[in-house]
Amino acid sequence: MNYAFDFGWLADYWPVLLKGIGITVELTLVGGVLGVSLGIACAWARALGPAWLKPVVAAYVEMIRNTPFLIQLFFVFFGLPALGLRMGELQAANLAMVINLGAYGCEIIRAGIQATPKGQFEAGASLGMSRIQTFWYVVLIPALQRIWPALSSQIVIVMLGSAAVSQIAAEDLTFAANFIQSRTFRAFETYFAATLIYLALAIVLRQLLRGLGWTIFPKRAAR
Amino acid sequence: MNDFTTWDILRNLLLAARWTVLLSLVSFVGGSLAGLALLFARIGKGRLGPAFAKTYIELFQGTPLLMQLFLAFFGLGLFGIDVPAWLAAGLALILWTAAFLAEIWRGCVESVAKGQWEASSSLGMGYLQQMRWVILPQALRVAVPPTVGFSVQVVKGTALTSIIGFVELSKAGTMVTNATFEPFTVYGFVALIYFCLCWPLSKSSQILERKLNVAHRNH
Repeated sequence: MNYAFDFGWLADYWPVLLKGIGITVELTLVGGVLGVSLGIACAWARALGPAWLKPVVAAYVEMIRNTPFLIQLFFVFFGLPALGLRMGELQAANLAMVINLGAYGCEIIRAGIQATPKGQFEAGASLGMSRIQTFWYVVLIPALQRIWPALSSQIVIVMLGSAAVSQIAAEDLTFAANFIQSRTFRAFETYFAATLIYLALAIVLRQLLRGLGWTIFPKRAAR
Repeated sequence: MNDFTTWDILRNLLLAARWTVLLSLVSFVGGSLAGLALLFARIGKGRLGPAFAKTYIELFQGTPLLMQLFLAFFGLGLFGIDVPAWLAAGLALILWTAAFLAEIWRGCVESVAKGQWEASSSLGMGYLQQMRWVILPQALRVAVPPTVGFSVQVVKGTALTSIIGFVELSKAGTMVTNATFEPFTVYGFVALIYFCLCWPLSKSSQILERKLNVAHRNH
């Protein structure tokens, strides 16, 4: 192997990388918040919603969970304009991520909701709570607390999966890496650096989500 | 522009889907073997084995599959060989699959009650005997549903290999779109074919979970 590794380009291109990191973080943040919200709505619909809504949500969840994210992205960005729904690459990337996380989040949160004993609903009602209050305080918050680790790893998976959005020219970290390697021809070093940055992002995100879990959920009573 | 009928589109996509199936099979089988080796390293007694396996799993689970594909594609090229896309794709997917399967299976082995280890060791069994006759048969029962479930991720993971130029279902979808200018139809079909590949796997994973976990069912 007669190859001299050279990371000298890093000095010239760090603003490009930084901008890419910014977009990746932004996509993850928006995708995470909206995706989890969609997941909660869908989980409610599947577990407790009206009968006509259940099969609709089930079909959506199965469709998303059994097709690759890349194809969902292409469908949103290239396919939907045929229906007159035209959007920029960042919006398309965000939409695809929200739809994707929404489906996975739905299944995870639903598992948490269905683990709630039925007596808790009745207990909530007997305390004079409205149905919405019961759902929010008695069902949803403990359910989220129960499945928070699984939901956190799913958010990390979506963040890592967002590398694919470079394929519709959304200027995320992978796009930046592609740009740099096309300028410097230092493909291996560039992708190596980008990979390490993703690893760091994943570790930081995991810790942040764990910290968030500690702050938003009440301390669990000792059993 | 050639006139593509709907059948032409579907036929071309189905032909390309064979490569998706083949790559998935290779990745899954190769990944299982490598994952098994990794599992033994991870739960082994030494110091180096578990440390190595832990780092390996952390690296492959903490970075995007797309980056792993790029690194395999350009990294192998550093050795001065001309890397065909299928080789980089197969290698990266095998290594990636191994990391996830090893971690899934570790959970299954650890789910076997500790008393089983103690009982078998009190019968004078060695480590390998314990594994072969006591632990793995019980772990296998727990492992089947999540393993089948993970095969769905492998099939979906192969879509990313289109980006390094391996012509499978996704790449064919892009190529057919460029020829027909009908992205809605083409990507709709592509999604449908992936669905037909993945859904039976997802479903059987769920059914197996229900069937094999009768003893642990609490409702």
